[in-house]
Amino acid sequence: MVVTGLTDEAPLVRMRGIGKQFLGNAVLRDVDLDLRPGEVHALVGENGAGKSTLMKILAGVHRPDAGSVELGGSEVAFGSPREAQAAGISIVHQEFNLLGDRTVAENVYLGREPVRRGQVDRRRMEADTAELLDGLGERGISPRTPVRRLAVAQRQVVEIVKALSTDARVLAMDEPTAALADHEVELLYGLVKRLRERGIAILYVSHRLREVFDLSQRITVLKDGELVTSKATAELTPDQLVRHMVGRPLDALFPDRAAEPETGAVRLAVRGGGNARLAGIDLELRAGEIVGLAGLQGAGRSAVARAICGVDPFTTGTLELDGRPVTIGSPRAAIRHGIAFVTEDRKGDGLALRQSVRDNALLVRRAAFGRARGLGALDLAALLRSVTLVARGPDQEVRYLSGGNQQKVVLAKWLAVEPHVLVVDEPTRGIDVGAKKAVYDLLRGLARGGVAILMISSELPELIGMSDRVLVMHEGRLAGELPAGPSEEAVMTLATGHATVEAA
Amino acid sequence: MTETLPTSRKSRRVRLADGTGPVLAVLAVLLVALAFAGPAYSEPAGYLALLKRAAPLMILAIGQYFVIVSGGFDLSVGSLVTAEVVIAARLIDGDEGATVWVIPLLLVTGALVGLVNGLITTRLLVPSFIVTLGMLLVLDGAVFLWTGGSPRGALSEAFRVVGREGFEVPLLGAVPWSVLLLAALVVAAVLFMRGGTGRMLVAIGDNETSVRLGGGRVERLRTLAFVLSGVSAAIAAILLGGFAGVSAQVGDGLEFRVITAVVLGGVVLGGGRGSVVAAMAGALTLEALFSLLNLLGVAGGLESAVQGVIIIAAVAYASVGRIPFRTRRST
Repeated sequence: MVVTGLTDEAPLVRMRGIGKQFLGNAVLRDVDLDLRPGEVHALVGENGAGKSTLMKILAGVHRPDAGSVELGGSEVAFGSPREAQAAGISIVHQEFNLLGDRTVAENVYLGREPVRRGQVDRRRMEADTAELLDGLGERGISPRTPVRRLAVAQRQVVEIVKALSTDARVLAMDEPTAALADHEVELLYGLVKRLRERGIAILYVSHRLREVFDLSQRITVLKDGELVTSKATAELTPDQLVRHMVGRPLDALFPDRAAEPETGAVRLAVRGGGNARLAGIDLELRAGEIVGLAGLQGAGRSAVARAICGVDPFTTGTLELDGRPVTIGSPRAAIRHGIAFVTEDRKGDGLALRQSVRDNALLVRRAAFGRARGLGALDLAALLRSVTLVARGPDQEVRYLSGGNQQKVVLAKWLAVEPHVLVVDEPTRGIDVGAKKAVYDLLRGLARGGVAILMISSELPELIGMSDRVLVMHEGRLAGELPAGPSEEAVMTLATGHATVEAA
Repeated sequence: MTETLPTSRKSRRVRLADGTGPVLAVLAVLLVALAFAGPAYSEPAGYLALLKRAAPLMILAIGQYFVIVSGGFDLSVGSLVTAEVVIAARLIDGDEGATVWVIPLLLVTGALVGLVNGLITTRLLVPSFIVTLGMLLVLDGAVFLWTGGSPRGALSEAFRVVGREGFEVPLLGAVPWSVLLLAALVVAAVLFMRGGTGRMLVAIGDNETSVRLGGGRVERLRTLAFVLSGVSAAIAAILLGGFAGVSAQVGDGLEFRVITAVVLGGVVLGGGRGSVVAAMAGALTLEALFSLLNLLGVAGGLESAVQGVIIIAAVAYASVGRIPFRTRRST
């Protein structure tokens, strides 16, 4: 990869010795950061490493307790995000702050509408927005479209245009791909490239290592509020980066696969399963194995999970559990048959955020089994220890936990019903590397204990690293099966429909 | 690290708003104020009389709590109370022997009205606000049709015992039966809310999808909440009939009074947050406030105005307290 933009020219932003405390806790200590025009500078680190705080200091949300911020060579001290914006520093938020019923132009100029003769100058607003969109090569979005009708990736573009409309020279992007589907990520790549070409300095915060390597010219690693290293991307390998972030190499993230004798009898078998979204699904899950389910967004991966778990059941075909045919018509039926489903959307589907760790961990047990009929006694403390949950106690509300710990609570509530089959959809989305490792270990440990696991993940390295077999989907059907450790190319060939049959 | 340390000033305010803290503090102030305002409150009897007056509303608050915490409303309880009292008077009509079967019948009626509310809400997907508003009008109309505006019949002495009489206890004096009944219901409600079914009701109010995907029977549970609210209205009607006598206005405005009470107790409209004890404390606080206003010679007409102010203020307090949560961002 050719490293461009890595120049010796003076940095546009120079942060030196930044320190910040919250309530006596040092969140940042003596951190330096330089942003150069036309350069993407990735900021990585585990949750709580201080990435967001550093970004917020840059954007004027927080004031540093120590250190200095220079913009274009002169020292600045922003009292508010508005002041930072006026100076040309904008932040693109992780969660979108767009109004669905307003048009693109109205959103871009929200609160700063151009005025002509006492009225909003709609024509100019739309023309300016069109010009900005054009400048980014985004001709597919009309300034007059209500935001509600845009795809998630397009909304991201609107957020970026909104940031640019203030003549930003520095853009801070906080997990910009968190809400995007795979093919939409490509669009973002193109957009970031064009922003660079315009000489904008970009601070890019992401958990996804691949993006960091694809997009950035420089990487700064934070750990526990301190600067670990800051290097040109070309000088780092993913392995080294992970070691900097967590102190261990990438391969060590994934536990050893199942040895042959460990996989046992077929626990779950689907034959000819189909419904509105799926057709001809044949699959078997054996005790002790982790089966990866790959495919492009919309290929039906989640639909398979939802069908097996009774959310949107199969309407054709048969389903057998431990050799016996069963009918799974609801989540309740699935759970009572020992099938657990860790859903993709942790906050939307998984957790009752305002309830305690205890109530969430016991939720499935109480919901599906009433007075614990058919289940043994539960040792809550042991359960929470087994998922390595870090919380102040079982009474803490889960909304106060980090994403990784929230996910551990989700796992705990399913493990509380002692499932035989575990379906996990994007189990590590949006959680930091340390928590990912914990989830991987936990899943492998369950498999060793005889649980059959079906794992869906958009992150191919993760899926490949974890799975004993990989099933690949294409347009609602299974396109093929690959043995342990396939190449990403092999998976993508099947996923894109270039090959339909593959010997396992 | 910051997300595990929600100790900023604002988030502490959130937790206070959620718990029983504020309402108990207000209640304590009111109880002390009562002691200064009226000589009746210089001894336990005064407070026991307050509890006796407040018992019907507190019992209604238990039922309303179940509905609100699981994400609904029950506006039908006021006219249900009226209907129950009118039915009781008509069926008993002074016949002591009838009391034995009329009381169970009233409880069943309450449960049936709740069941209809619950089934329409969960199966026909009509918002509970509308369903129970409709039920309010239907019951009102039915009572009027049946009685022509002036209920006939009379309650038996045995029926009126619970709402009126008491039993002697050393030191305290005469303890009303209603207070004993209330105490039993408090214990039952607390135990219910600690159990799996109670926790599920709260979880439904917080995130219905998570309960559904977790194998919970959301429709059944929400219907149960309405049934319990109907039963609580029947019990409140038995107390009120004994206490206040038979009239076609006995339950007027109770639905709004009980919602005010529950909200005053810090239970969040829309569900998912608040405790049943706080809801009952809210009801007692409201009654104590009205007693105080009464003692201070404030016109009775002001009661509904006060109630209006309280309901808006309590919801505003809870909403403002929740803002840090909505805008909260992870590191």
